[in-house]
Amino acid sequence: MNAIPTTSRYSGLAIALHWLLALLIVGTFCVGLYMHELPFSPTRLKLYNWHKWAGATILALSALRLLWRLTHRPPVDPPMPAWQRLAAHAAHGALYALFFAVPLAGWAYSSAAGFPVVVFGVLPLPDFVAPDRALAEVLKQRHATLAFALAAVVTLHVAAALKHHFIDRDGLLDRMRPARR
Amino acid sequence: MAFAAALLGAVATPALAQPKPATLQTAGSEIAFTTKQMGVPVEGKFGKFTAVIALDPKKPEAGSVAFTIDTGSARFGSPELDAEVPKATWLNVPKFPQAGFQSSSVKAAGPGRFEVAGKLTIKGAVQSVVVPVQVTQAGTGAGATSTATGSFIIKRLAFKVGENEWADTSMLADDVQIRFKLALTGLAPL
Repeated sequence: MNAIPTTSRYSGLAIALHWLLALLIVGTFCVGLYMHELPFSPTRLKLYNWHKWAGATILALSALRLLWRLTHRPPVDPPMPAWQRLAAHAAHGALYALFFAVPLAGWAYSSAAGFPVVVFGVLPLPDFVAPDRALAEVLKQRHATLAFALAAVVTLHVAAALKHHFIDRDGLLDRMRPARR
Repeated sequence: MAFAAALLGAVATPALAQPKPATLQTAGSEIAFTTKQMGVPVEGKFGKFTAVIALDPKKPEAGSVAFTIDTGSARFGSPELDAEVPKATWLNVPKFPQAGFQSSSVKAAGPGRFEVAGKLTIKGAVQSVVVPVQVTQAGTGAGATSTATGSFIIKRLAFKVGENEWADTSMLADDVQIRFKLALTGLAPL
């Protein structure tokens, strides 16, 4: 099968947001995995704050991305069985839901734990929940569960994209390639 | 005879005598502190403290204020931070179980306002502070209550609170805001 025509590529903004958020999300997830096992130290405090700043950035960029997605038609799907099309769309829906759910749960957890989020040390975010130790524990678990769910869907998303590109050879990755060949 | 005269003189000059101390009502009182960690305000409280406030609001110069705070009662409400506070780097509770304040002068600073100067002792270090206090009163007679509120800033490093790696003020600000609200009974009318 030939590569899909360039008119079925995503727009420049969509491609930029996709890769920027991919980097931020993978990086923030890894920092999250690492930081919570550190002993109390300035390094731990620093990483927690960076993690929160990155989370707030992911939330804001995801809102922008959702707005783009709702106002633009993405490229048409390459030919594939109906169940795969359905699974792909469900996975994208889950990704978008988790782009919001993971940082929101983290934000709520931080507020409940008594640490308001101050983005880049200068922009205080409002606290939608009051400090509450029991609630903080629940939200911490919720944040972790949602983050692992996101990691699972991202893994599936990457595996499916690679399968399309390298096994089906339908040129799927070209739609999201940063620069034209 | 001279002794008796002196004694009489002392009794006859109540202006020199300290007023009877007011009673601190633990229920409505609190001493809180706010630290800033990378720009994030984090609030804690001291759960246990006593105060001796001997003050006639009409003659504040003769008054005195003293506090004793149990450093081991400091709580942020975060298990992680609460486990840290008693350690030597921070308040070193085993060695310095109490922090204290003793006034050296009390001045009127407007209606219901006072300026209390004195020495603050934390972790063995002594620093002079001036604390603005606002007093409001409700009720009359035996049921009258007074509320004293105020806040001031201290420099944590002057008391060696947060040593070594934690001395970096870009991580943890030097300024710590202390806020208090004291519910008192037995304070003379304003």
